[in-house]
Amino acid sequence: MKRIISLLFSAAFLFAAPVINAQETAPDALVKSVTEDVLEIMRQNKDIQAGSINEISKLVDAKVLPHFNFRRMTQLAVGRGWRQASADQQDELARQFRDLLVRTYANAVVSYSNQRFVFKPLRMNPNDTEVMVRTEIMQPGGSPVALDYSMEKTEQGWKVYDVVVGGVSLVTTYRDSFAQEVRAGGIDGLINALTEQNKALQARQNQT
Amino acid sequence: MNIRNCLIFLSALCLFSGCATQRVPIAADPLEGFNRTMFTVHEGLDTVLLKPVAQGYDAVVPAPVKRGVGNFFENFRDVARSGNAFLQGKGRQGVTGLGRILINSTLGLFGLFDVASEMGLQKGTEDFGQTLAIWGVPSGPYLFVPLIGPSGGRDIVGFTVDAYANPLWYLTKDEIAVRNSLIGIYTMHTRANLLPADRILSEATWDKYAHIRSAYLQRRAAITGRPTLDDYDDLDDPPDGE
Repeated sequence: MKRIISLLFSAAFLFAAPVINAQETAPDALVKSVTEDVLEIMRQNKDIQAGSINEISKLVDAKVLPHFNFRRMTQLAVGRGWRQASADQQDELARQFRDLLVRTYANAVVSYSNQRFVFKPLRMNPNDTEVMVRTEIMQPGGSPVALDYSMEKTEQGWKVYDVVVGGVSLVTTYRDSFAQEVRAGGIDGLINALTEQNKALQARQNQT
Repeated sequence: MNIRNCLIFLSALCLFSGCATQRVPIAADPLEGFNRTMFTVHEGLDTVLLKPVAQGYDAVVPAPVKRGVGNFFENFRDVARSGNAFLQGKGRQGVTGLGRILINSTLGLFGLFDVASEMGLQKGTEDFGQTLAIWGVPSGPYLFVPLIGPSGGRDIVGFTVDAYANPLWYLTKDEIAVRNSLIGIYTMHTRANLLPADRILSEATWDKYAHIRSAYLQRRAAITGRPTLDDYDDLDDPPDGE
């Protein structure tokens, strides 16, 4: 009897293990819940609607950034040059690129807070570690705009590594200018260009 | 300005815009030096004329009027969209386009209101550049055309054909002053619509030209389903050291 019970227990554990894994949020469910969460907060927060950079970056830091893999984004944007970069340089590139993206796009997101989002059904196999989650922004009086997220499975859950708007990849648009800087001034040249751009933006944002 | 002066002017601009810089060659943009010069010309025109006028229009004209202006022009442009949908074998989208024109021209008071969209008849995205792409015409070199923006060998032909397919062109055949005013209003309206994107673009990068080019090439590849010549072959680099 004891043996049967222990067998049952171990069987239960065997079955339980995959169940725990499956409870990890699916990529499409994650996109949907984060989007709805963020939209809800934006609609309710008067400071955000008035364009308060402080409030917006607090929201983005807390709710959006944890779901992005900036290292992978940076690697894809830098392309061939990434391998020439030392670990420290890679960290610095990722940090500066992340800063630039947040500074540029955080404000823009607010203007979409009153649009309707449609979440498309996800096509994926259970073993896939990379998926494209598709959504659409319905604009009054215009054609819908496709907003897709390239996501990868990591140990910390699903992470976004590219955002594709109407067929245009956020990461890919940086490839040519990044390659140019690496060619002209090496990895440090690119780090420098990113840092300068961030400084200029910070100065501009402090003015307003 | 005669042609020789024009050339001298352009080569002077070339000096300022850094044509001499060694750049990573982009297969889809063999005319980069020339295009960058055109981009500088465009930015100059934009700074002194287009943008200030668009900003004024944006500030003075109330939103509902702006929407009406946009709808009015879009209704005429639906003719070319619908025609191109048929030429591309998308019969359903073509019929939807015809339905949109019929409804918006009547119920929508000569196109001032986009009633059709509210009824669920979605505006198409077809143009003659796409039609040519689907017929197998290659994209040709990337082109930046002042006042028109990013284009290409194939797409600039498409742009011209679509412009001639606009009924407004024929309706104003004998009223050149009206036609010119309409072109002016349309340009101003279109530029005003781009004002928010403008800000993002100037913040996002130190090389606007490369950013616009990449976005344009990607967009055209996406809507024609035909990748343009590009050198993104290393996109699938295996992740390393992570």
